[in-house]
Amino acid sequence: MRIGVVTFPGSLDDRDAARAIRLAGADAVALWHGDHDLHGVDAIVLPGGFSYGDYLRAGAIASLSPIMTEVIDAANKGMPVLGICNGFQMLTEAHLLDGGLIRNEQGRFICRDQGLRIENNASDWTNGFEANAEIVIPLKNGEGSFMAPTETLKMLEGEGRIVARYLGNPNGSLNDIAGVTNARGNVVGLMPHPEHAVEAGFGPDTDAAMASGIDGLTFFTSVIARTLVGA
Amino acid sequence: MPTIVVEVMPKAELLDPQGKAVAGALGRLGQTQSALANVTGVRVGKRFEISIDGEADATTLAAVRELADTVLSNSVIEDVVGIHVQDAPSSAVA
Repeated sequence: MRIGVVTFPGSLDDRDAARAIRLAGADAVALWHGDHDLHGVDAIVLPGGFSYGDYLRAGAIASLSPIMTEVIDAANKGMPVLGICNGFQMLTEAHLLDGGLIRNEQGRFICRDQGLRIENNASDWTNGFEANAEIVIPLKNGEGSFMAPTETLKMLEGEGRIVARYLGNPNGSLNDIAGVTNARGNVVGLMPHPEHAVEAGFGPDTDAAMASGIDGLTFFTSVIARTLVGA
Repeated sequence: MPTIVVEVMPKAELLDPQGKAVAGALGRLGQTQSALANVTGVRVGKRFEISIDGEADATTLAAVRELADTVLSNSVIEDVVGIHVQDAPSSAVA
């Protein structure tokens, strides 16, 4: 299986995302924002970072990149797409996901290991989790506060499209929302970073050992399992 | 050169942490400058100045309105609060 990672001007976590994909057992394919070519990948990750220096709005300019035409088209046809942090912001700006992200309520950049509950374990990127699994992965952003109009929020809740909720709201996100999915379950946006919790020795601390947390790996193994089943 | 000005503000019902931080600083100034003592809040938005060739006619204004709603603002978190035309890009007030 081939999973593409798009690099935009100002992407930071594209290499980590590619590494997570390889550790999960798939081939990572580098994609470029200025191309109109997905190189035949089976799934796509939009990585974290500060594309275009967060000018205009976080993710807004990247969402208008040449390659986003192909990404949006593929997503609408069912290709799994995961947007992490800045990638999540791009997916809301591209209207592939509902809601929007604003500055954290306390006005500070937050960088810490964050507990989450996986509330939708049916999406292409979360099907490997147990129902209501509680996990810990890093969170690091300045504009991670999830907002949506009341009716949209009600719809997302009603349709079970809240993928992950914070255990302890770090930033003022409505309903403690850390990640959402689209109606089809192939597009997922997540503010915390699963790609930084994929290899023992380099992840969050756990009760068992320092830096041993690899809860993020399941997002990547989930999409591999889903695609193999579908093939 | 005609300039179309588009003004965008964070939605009134959403917290504006940037405005809140500025208001906090003004509050501290207000302790020493009595003229600032009655400042009750600050919100921070954006102003775009779009220079165009030729007339700012109805077609152009409609296109800019569309641009304001779809690109210059995100309707989930922001409102377009003003669009107007002026003769030239802004310069400092005398």
